[in-house]
Formats: sequence, C-alpha cells, structure tokens
Amino acid sequence: MLLEVRNLTKSFADSSGLVTVLRGVDLELDAGETLAMTGESGSGKSTLLHLIGGLDDADGGSIVLGGQEVTSLNDRSRAALRRETVGVVFQQYNLIPSLTVAANIAFQARLTGRYAPDRTRHLIDALGLEEQLDKYPEQLSGGQQQRVAIGRTLAARPRLVLADEPTGNLDETTASAVMNQMIALVQETGAALIMATHSLALAGQLQKRLHLTQGQLS
Amino acid sequence: MTWAGLVALWSHWVRHPLQLLTLVAGLALATGLWSAVQAVNAEARASYDAAATTLGEGRFDALLPSVGETIPMKRFLELRRVGWQVSPILEGKIDIGEEQVRVVGLEPLTSPRGFEQFSSIKTYDLVDVLSGRIVFVGPKTADLVKGSIDALIIEDLNISPKTVVADISVVQSLLNQPNSLTRLVLSEAQPLGRPALAAIAPDLVLMKAADGNEIGRLTDSFHLNLTAFGLLSFAVGIFIVHGAIGLAVEQRRGMVRTMRAVGMSLNRIILLLTLELTMLALVGGVLGILLGYFVAASLLPGVAATLEGLYGAEVTGGNLQLRPVWWLSGLAMALVGTLLAATDALWRIRRMPILSRGGARAWSMAAVRGRRVQALMAVGLLGASGMLAVVDGGLITGFVLLACLLLGAALALPLSVGFILKIAQQSARQVVWEWFWADTRQQLPGLSLALMALLLAMAANVGVSTMVSSFRLTFVGFLDQRLASDIYVTTNSIEQAAQLEKYLIPRSSAVLPLLSIGTRLAGQPAELFGARVGPTYTENWRFLAFTQDAWSQVGAGSAVIVNEQLARRAELWVGDSLAIAPGKVLPIVGVFGDYGNPIGQAIVSEGMFHQLFPNRHATRFGIRSDNPQGLINVLTDSFGLPARNIIDQAAIKAISMQVFDRTFIVTGALNVLTLAVAAFAILTSLLTLAAMRIPQLAPVWALGLTRREVGLLEVVRAIVLAGLTGLFALPLGLALAWVLLAIVNVDAFGWRLPMYFFPADYLRLGLFALIASIVAALWPAFQLIRIPPTQLLKVFANVR
Repeated sequence: MLLEVRNLTKSFADSSGLVTVLRGVDLELDAGETLAMTGESGSGKSTLLHLIGGLDDADGGSIVLGGQEVTSLNDRSRAALRRETVGVVFQQYNLIPSLTVAANIAFQARLTGRYAPDRTRHLIDALGLEEQLDKYPEQLSGGQQQRVAIGRTLAARPRLVLADEPTGNLDETTASAVMNQMIALVQETGAALIMATHSLALAGQLQKRLHLTQGQLS
Repeated sequence: MTWAGLVALWSHWVRHPLQLLTLVAGLALATGLWSAVQAVNAEARASYDAAATTLGEGRFDALLPSVGETIPMKRFLELRRVGWQVSPILEGKIDIGEEQVRVVGLEPLTSPRGFEQFSSIKTYDLVDVLSGRIVFVGPKTADLVKGSIDALIIEDLNISPKTVVADISVVQSLLNQPNSLTRLVLSEAQPLGRPALAAIAPDLVLMKAADGNEIGRLTDSFHLNLTAFGLLSFAVGIFIVHGAIGLAVEQRRGMVRTMRAVGMSLNRIILLLTLELTMLALVGGVLGILLGYFVAASLLPGVAATLEGLYGAEVTGGNLQLRPVWWLSGLAMALVGTLLAATDALWRIRRMPILSRGGARAWSMAAVRGRRVQALMAVGLLGASGMLAVVDGGLITGFVLLACLLLGAALALPLSVGFILKIAQQSARQVVWEWFWADTRQQLPGLSLALMALLLAMAANVGVSTMVSSFRLTFVGFLDQRLASDIYVTTNSIEQAAQLEKYLIPRSSAVLPLLSIGTRLAGQPAELFGARVGPTYTENWRFLAFTQDAWSQVGAGSAVIVNEQLARRAELWVGDSLAIAPGKVLPIVGVFGDYGNPIGQAIVSEGMFHQLFPNRHATRFGIRSDNPQGLINVLTDSFGLPARNIIDQAAIKAISMQVFDRTFIVTGALNVLTLAVAAFAILTSLLTLAAMRIPQLAPVWALGLTRREVGLLEVVRAIVLAGLTGLFALPLGLALAWVLLAIVNVDAFGWRLPMYFFPADYLRLGLFALIASIVAALWPAFQLIRIPPTQLLKVFANVR
C-alpha cells in the first residue's frame, strides 16, 4: 500500500465561524494506481490533496504515505516528503517565474538529486516543449505552462503525483491533450496519481473514481 | 463619480496600511531632513543679519582703516566737521567668566538706524541710553552679563545672542579703548561738494554696502554644503516615496482597469490619483516639518560650533524659530517630491492598455526596456562628471559634478548588480543557488531604488568621513609643524613683555614674539604677522609653493609669505606682489597651508612689521627650550608670571583638536541620519515586497524547501545585495571625497587638502550597512518563516 488515509478531518475558520471541510475521510491507494476525485467547488478536494502532500496540517486522523505518518512529520521532514516522494501539479501551474522553462523542468529533479538529462529530454519531447526551453513562464500560454509543470513533477520521479484541477484553466481541446499526455507519462513512470477534477470525462480515464461530498468520500 | 472614485482608490490604503505608513514616513523623513537643514540655515542667516544690521553692514557704506584695526575718534569729528554724514561704531569682545561677549557701541544721534531698530526702545528715554543707564542685549544674554555691566539690561530679539549694544561711550569704557572706533557708517544722504575722502582721511577706505556682511559671505559655502547634504537626504527619502507609490499604483492596476471598464475616464482617474497623492504629500510634509523642527533644534548647537570653529561666526545655539522661509520650502519640497516620484507610475497608468495584467516577471521585462535608457543616462552623467572634474569652475561646478557623479552611479548600480547576479546564476552548481540568484535578479527592479538610496548614503559616508579624517590628519601634522614652540607665554603689559624677553633670551633656545595686527590685504579681511625668522621657522614650516630662499628674503624684509586662503581668494601665488600697507608692496615668495583658519594671513619680518607699525608690540611669545617644564617653573617662581599666562604646546594642541572635532559634529550627525533613512528605505522596500513575494516563494516551498530555509535565503539575499552595494559605494565614496577635497573645499574654505585612506572606517561602515540590511530583512523573513501553510496554499488554488 502506497497511501492509507484514515478518519482525516480538517476545518477552517472564516467570518461565519468554523467550517468543517473534511469529516473523517478514508482512502487507500496502491503504487501505480490512478484515482480521480470529483466533487463540487469547495467540497474539500484541494484540501485533501494538500494534506496528503504535506502542504497543510490536518486537525485529526492519519495519513501514511510510503510507510511514513505524514501528520506527525515536522516542517523539515515534510519538506523532504514533498521533495522526494510527492509531485504536485497545481491548477495555477505555479512555475518559478525567475527561471527559464528548462530550469523549471529540471528544478525538482535537481533538488532531489535525481536529475537525469535523458529522462528530462524525453519528457520535453513528449510534452512538445522543445521550442520553449529558453523562455520564461509568463511568455507561455496556459497549456504550455501546465505542460512545464507536469514535466517538472515527472522529471523528479515521485512515487505519488497529486494533480489539483490541472486543466481547470484550459480550454477543452487543450485540456484533453494535456491530460492524455500527463496520464500516459505518469503510467510510464509507474507513479500513483490522484487527480481532483470537475470533469467526469477526465475522471473516466483513471482506474478508480471517488466523489467527495459533505466532507466525506463515497 | 469623483467621490466614488476617491473612495475606491482610498480603499487600497485601508487594506495596505503598511504601504501607507511607508509612503507617509518616507515623505516625512525626506521633508524632515530637508526642512531641518533649511531651518538651521535660516537661523544662522538670521543671526548674521542681526549682527550685520546692528553694525549697518550690508545696508550702509562704511569707512574702514586701510591698515590696522581702529580709527581714532578725532577722525570722526574731522569728517563730521567738513560735512561727511558718518556715524561711529566700536566693536570688540569682552570675557565674562568662560564666555566671550561681543560688544557693539553706536552713537544714537548720528547712527542711520539708531536705537529705533530695537523694538524695546520706544518705552525708554534716549537720555538713559546716552548716559549708559540702559544697554541692550540679545536673547538669553541678560543673565550672562548681569554683574559685569552696571546698567539696566534689556533683552531684544533683534540683537544676536551673546551681544551687547550700548552707547559708544559705554563700549569704549568696557573695552578700555577710550578714543577708538572700528568703523564709520555713512548715511545714505551725503551733502554735495564735501571734500574727497583721500584728501581728508587718506588712512580710511570705503567699503560699499554690497561688499558688507563678511560673515554672511564667508559662510555661504558652508550653507551650500549643508543644503547639498539636505538635498541628498531628501533624494534618499524620495526613493522610498517613489517605491511606495510605484507599488501602490502597480497593485491598483486591476482597480484602475475596472474603474475604466465601468465608465470612468482615464484623465479623471489620473486626476484622482494626483489629488490623493497631494493630500498624502501634505500630511507627510506637515509631519516632516515637525520632525525637521526637532532635528534642527538638536543640530543647531553643533552647527553653531562648526560656524564658530570654521569662520568665527556666532549663531544662536538654541533659539530655533518657526520661520516661513523653511517650513514653506519644506511643504513645497514634499509636494514637488511626491509628484516627481509619482510621475513614472502615473505615466505607466496612462499608457496601460485597458485590459493589461501585471506580474513580477513582467515588471522585470518592462525594466529591460527601460534599462537601455538608464544605461545611457548613467554613462552620460558619469561622463559629464569626468569632464567637469577637469574644468575649474568654482563651487557651483563642484556641486553639479557631485550631482552628476552620484546620480550617474546610482543609475548604473542596478545594471552592474544585475550583471554580477547573472554571472553568479550561470556559475551556480546547486539548483537552490541557481534559483536564488535568478530570484534575486528578479527582485532587483523592486529593490533597486532602496539599493540606490543605500549606495548614496554609504558613498556620502565614505566620502565625507574620508574628507573629515584627511582634514584631521593634515591638521594634526600642521599643528606639529606650526606649534614648534614648547611653551606660549602671555604678558600683561608691553613693559612686562620687554622685561620677559630680556629675561628669557639667555635661558631658552629661541624667543619668538607673536606680533600681529588685523587688517585688510588684497581686499580681504586678514592678519599681518611679524616673524623673528630663525631655525624655528626655516626648519619646521612646510610651504605649498615657495622660492628657494623664501625665508632669507622674508628675514631681510624684502618679501612676504601668505597663507593658502588669502592666496586662493585673492588669486595670488608665488611671484605675485601684495600691498601690505599703503605704499608698501612686497613680492610673495611662499604660500603656506593654514588649515582651520577662517581668514587670510601674511607674514613679514619682525623688522618690517615694526617699521610699518611702530606702536604695535608683542605681548605674547613662543619659547623653545630643551627643558620646557623647568622653564615654566622658573617663569612662575622667579619671574612671577601667573600660571594661567603660560600654556604648553600639548595644551594648545588639545584645545585645537577639541575645536576641530566640535566643528564636524553636524557632519557626523547628518551622515548617521542619511544612513538611517537608507536603512529605512531597505526595510520598507522589503516589507512592501514581502506581500508580493509569497506567490514567488510558495512554489519553491511546495517543491521541498522549508519555510525556514526560504526565510534564511531572504536574509542572505539582503546581505548579498547590501554587500554588492557596499562594494560599489566604496569607489564612489572615494571619488566623492576627492571632489570634496580637491574642488569643493578649495572654493568653500580656501584650502586644498591631501587625501588619505581609512580602510578600518570603511570596513566599519560596511559592517554597519550589512547589519542594517540584516535587521531590515529579519522581520519580513521572520514573517515568512511563521506564515501558516494555509496562506501559502492560497497561491495554488482559490477553491477548497
């Protein structure tokens, strides 16, 4: 088992008081498995991905990823987890604006010491980014930026890829092309994938599908 | 619509109070330092004017002795008798305790302005003034003179502090100069057909009103120096304002876009932004004026010390008045500075397409376009400063050169730092450092103004401290040269002086009478000295320019030597001639350095001096001895000279150094203030950028760096940027020092000083700048380390 989530809870305080987003979520995922997570806006999909990726603190419950209890990790160990084990593809791309496309793709891989030029070259070719390597993120279209983000994530060979609405900002044609590329490349690496999406069509392309509603998965 | 627009624009400040604080604080600091300097200048000038008005200087023509210090009383009577409308003035100083008080005697019935110029006179009878029952004094002087002057003492605001004005007979008695006058003031209306001055009083010279107010003229250069420092501080403060306005406008692009989309015209938006900034400028300006008042009040005693040390000018030491001349100028500067600082940002809004979006890297890209213009301007300004350095154009040229040099270097700084960062990025082996250098390059446009401010402040510190320390070192060497005598003795009378000289000759290696007389040489106020030429002079004095047998010619009475101030002001040098008395012209055979002395000096032989001024005798002597302490004992025990009349060389040097150090108190204070403003500029830039940094740093954090690591890298970034700025500030500061020493000082003070280097001082300044940058970076870094992950996650998605 790569990932085991048990009874996970998370609340946020806002102007109307305490809002409970996750109410005892349970989830299991094996290595190489792909999972689509659907749900309405604000249902807690991103929150769940953030908690699994060690980006946020849970209020209760447990997340065991690759044998490590994520909820009990300190700041340094969580950083190591994000670096070594997890790869996150965000809706907003979140590329490093000061680095070129080539440097962005290599960034996480070099951070983990797993940088392999051949593998990176393969990803660049597969994602069709050969012409964009010397450009900066803001010189690219949304689809191109998301391809760079996927390349960056996969170049680091993570065991688990978390994709948070990765095509939410793209048009339908581009979204479909990007998704196909991402799923193919994730499967090629043998990594597991959890993808939050509104699109039932995209969800249908993955092995497992769960729906998050009222803070619980079904 | 206008009100709705203003409310919308203002809502930005409500949501960004720190930015508002930065803007207002920057304005207040800029205006504060400028107003402080203007206030000090205004106060000093008012003091000179008060002093000059009392004497009729600057407004009325005056007759002065062509040689010497005094005019006999009978000359006044002779001139009046033949129709000249003149009024006598006697001026001098008396010691009261440890203070010196200036006393001025007027003759109320003939004086063109009389005693009516003093507001308090109306309530008193003129007879009381004439009979000496009433004297007038400047503010806070009554207590000082009480007990020393037996009369009713009235304080008057129109008289400068530590000054007593009374009927001339009273002053003649106070100064023990019964029949002497210092000058004769001429009324504006003079009868036609009166005899020519040359016929009736050939020993007097006419000084036109325009030439008057010597102190005002002498100190102009000092006030210009202070104004330049004030302007520099203002510029550093305006950098903060420019940064804050630029950021606020950048962050309100979306708002402007929406306002335009809902139908508000671009012109109206620009007008509203201008109106908003004007209101903020007024608030910042008023706060700045208040700050300026307190800074000026604390600087004034130091400035008074400086003016007294350098020029012998007396300025009120604590009575700062709120004069319109400086607070209005402060307010005007706040408004003009704000609008200048906003021009660029408003221009960008005007040219912004209605649907444009901004971004950190976009800023940087836009900066690339401006970079070429900036590089051209930097090269142009630095080139202009190079050309001005070889042109001998006086004080104004010196300051224009300084402005070109500082502005050119400031413009060149971001380009040079950017180039170094690019090389560092290319040479980085580790990916974190590669990102660090790339990210630092991206931050450069946002931080460049603060770095420019730091560059200017550090360069000013290096430049001014090099100048002051070079001056100090030169001054110490100069004192060693000039104070060659082991002890200095003052006698109480001419008879005692003659006895002492006879007594000392067999008991010492050399007895050197200190013979001098105040006079005017080549149209300048000056002192003429008579020297007993001997080994003390020939072995110790160093000339800046001289002929081979200079001392022999002076000793033979056939030549004169002059100090650098007189030589430069009167445009004389070795080989020229100088009239030292009517009909007595001698060639100049040497020019000597005379640092710290405000006025010109010429030296002839003792014999020549006696020939010209047979009634002038030395009452002070410099004495050289192998056993100075033994000689002091002999003088006090056997000769009966009071101990206070004897002073040894070390004591004189200590007093001189004390005066010197006091002189530069104000420079040091302004240096520290400018550096503090620059440190504040860095702090505010980092704080305002901190909010924009989160979207740039969040991805790096998400990819596996801890918040602590990211925070520490932010501190390292501040150190790197401050360090690089310091590296550029050093050569710039040294260039600044050279301009001050070789150009500005020569015109301002009349002497050129050698330049020395002080590596320990520069290192200390560099450390201070680094510490200031670390302190400025710590708070934003600490905030970053403590930032909740939720905050960082907001960057990644707006949904949960």
